Amino acid sequence: MLKTRTDILVYVFILFSLVPLSGCVVQSSEQGTVTTSQIFIENKGSDTIVNLALAWAEAYQEIRPDISVSVTGGGSGTGIAALINGTVDIANASRQIKEEEIANAEANGITPVEHVIARDAIAVVIHPDNPVNELSIDQVSAIYSGEITNWLEVGGEDRPIVCLSRETNSGTHVYFLEQVIRKGDPEDTTLFSPSVLLLPSSEGISMEVRQNPNTIGYDGLGYVTEGMKVIAVASDPAGPYVLPSIETVNNNQYPISRDLYMYTAGEPEGVIKTYLEWVLSEEAQQVVSRLGFVPVETGE
Amino acid sequence: MRETSWGEFVITRLIKAAGTSAILFVILIFIFLLRESIPALTEIKLDSLLSVRWYPIEEYFGILPLIGGSVIVTIGAGLIAIPMGLACAIFIAEIAPRWLREILKPLVEVLGGLPSVLLGFLGILVIAPLVRTYMNLPTGLTAFTGALLLGAISIPTIVSVAEDAIDAVPKTYRDAALALGATEWQTIWRVTVPAARSGILTAIMLGIGRSIGETMTVMMVTGNAPIMPKGLSALFSPIRTMTATIAAEMGEVANGSLHYHTLFLIGAVLFTISLAVNLAASSVVFKQKKRAERILS
Repeated sequence: MLKTRTDILVYVFILFSLVPLSGCVVQSSEQGTVTTSQIFIENKGSDTIVNLALAWAEAYQEIRPDISVSVTGGGSGTGIAALINGTVDIANASRQIKEEEIANAEANGITPVEHVIARDAIAVVIHPDNPVNELSIDQVSAIYSGEITNWLEVGGEDRPIVCLSRETNSGTHVYFLEQVIRKGDPEDTTLFSPSVLLLPSSEGISMEVRQNPNTIGYDGLGYVTEGMKVIAVASDPAGPYVLPSIETVNNNQYPISRDLYMYTAGEPEGVIKTYLEWVLSEEAQQVVSRLGFVPVETGE
Repeated sequence: MRETSWGEFVITRLIKAAGTSAILFVILIFIFLLRESIPALTEIKLDSLLSVRWYPIEEYFGILPLIGGSVIVTIGAGLIAIPMGLACAIFIAEIAPRWLREILKPLVEVLGGLPSVLLGFLGILVIAPLVRTYMNLPTGLTAFTGALLLGAISIPTIVSVAEDAIDAVPKTYRDAALALGATEWQTIWRVTVPAARSGILTAIMLGIGRSIGETMTVMMVTGNAPIMPKGLSALFSPIRTMTATIAAEMGEVANGSLHYHTLFLIGAVLFTISLAVNLAASSVVFKQKKRAERILS
């Protein structure tokens, strides 16, 4: 009896002593000279970027088998919060870091450094049976702020409009509020109508859009799947109305597009630096276009 | 003798500590909630807190739509779960033959153990589209969809507790009623169920407590739109509950911000509501005991 108990204690002790070891590896092997153990890069943040970051992590594993990039989602705010707390090496964000977050980080002794790693377009999507094909930014704004409540008013059938949005913690939500509902005007205080459904995930939005002909939703171009119809958008009601694609985002014709970021704590060093350099390489940027995002260098 | 009494002393104290610690924890949790929510009460104007707009990232902190959302979905769930749960409990305890009872009761308890996220999936994929097409609503993500699923979640709790209460009614009560010429239905409705009233009430309260505190399912199927419910018709429009708000926003909120404190305030309100429900239930139970004692003496 006593013997087994001490055995268990020993195992528990071994387990617990291994946990901090695995965390230490990153610090002790930044020069890449340690060949016996894996180097881990913790990468966390925006759900918009998570598929892209995962694809990069997988591709990078083949080039540098000694480095594992572990990717988790959770939202831009979550990633940046983790960077501020020092629990991740790279934070993904689909929006720029806020002033107060920089202040928080600096209070913690961390200087966030910004890297633009891809561009993204926000697609406005509806059910395929809905006859509407194009909307101006003004119309989308009026729909989401509750001024237009029937599809008839924008050239559709006599159906109520059900607006779908990501939750307020999503970078896509904030971007849509600032650039579409408020049309990029910082003085504008228009809000989402209270009747806009706030769904916790991109998957929730696509599920509802695919099965409900009353809905209008928005999400990153990378999340548009089959069974949804993408709307052509114009910043000027007179047109031209543009569908989002790699070309239209790159030549700045499509009006709702944005930069995607990775943030590091201070200027990146060692393996993190090589990883970020690789992310901006042509090879890695091909992954960006494959996933429906827009490569970074051609866009600027 | 001396040694055992020493052991007994320790064990008695341990049991006493275990019993009182539950109260202690509840008090500590409430103090913690209050402490974290006080800044929200002092720094946000009361009329702003009691407004009908919830949009925290722009400092609109009206919590009324969230309270209303939780209340409406819980009422809906109660309307579904209480009659069905009680009917099921009565059937299992009084009507079903023994072999059926031995199958049904464990099955209901298994249903009670279903992870609520699974029911949420079922709701978003199956129930919501059905609700939209059959009731001709703009969207299936409504309070009603949430109420259906919350009903399904709280029915096992109600059935399990109410069935135990009905089962605990002494057989002599039934025998007496039947001997006086009452039909089986009259015995159930006029004798057995009233005799088990306090246990049934506890069952209902536990069921309501379960639905008001449920988070994952409502977050998935109620649409989370912070619309102020006006009357029971709000059951058929999207709503946002207190629990879903805390769950969706707590992970992202900047520690120590007004938004953070307001979320704790919502937690404190939720806590107070479920405490009030429980107190109301137990006060009724106590009153009834006194009356029963009066009659017996």
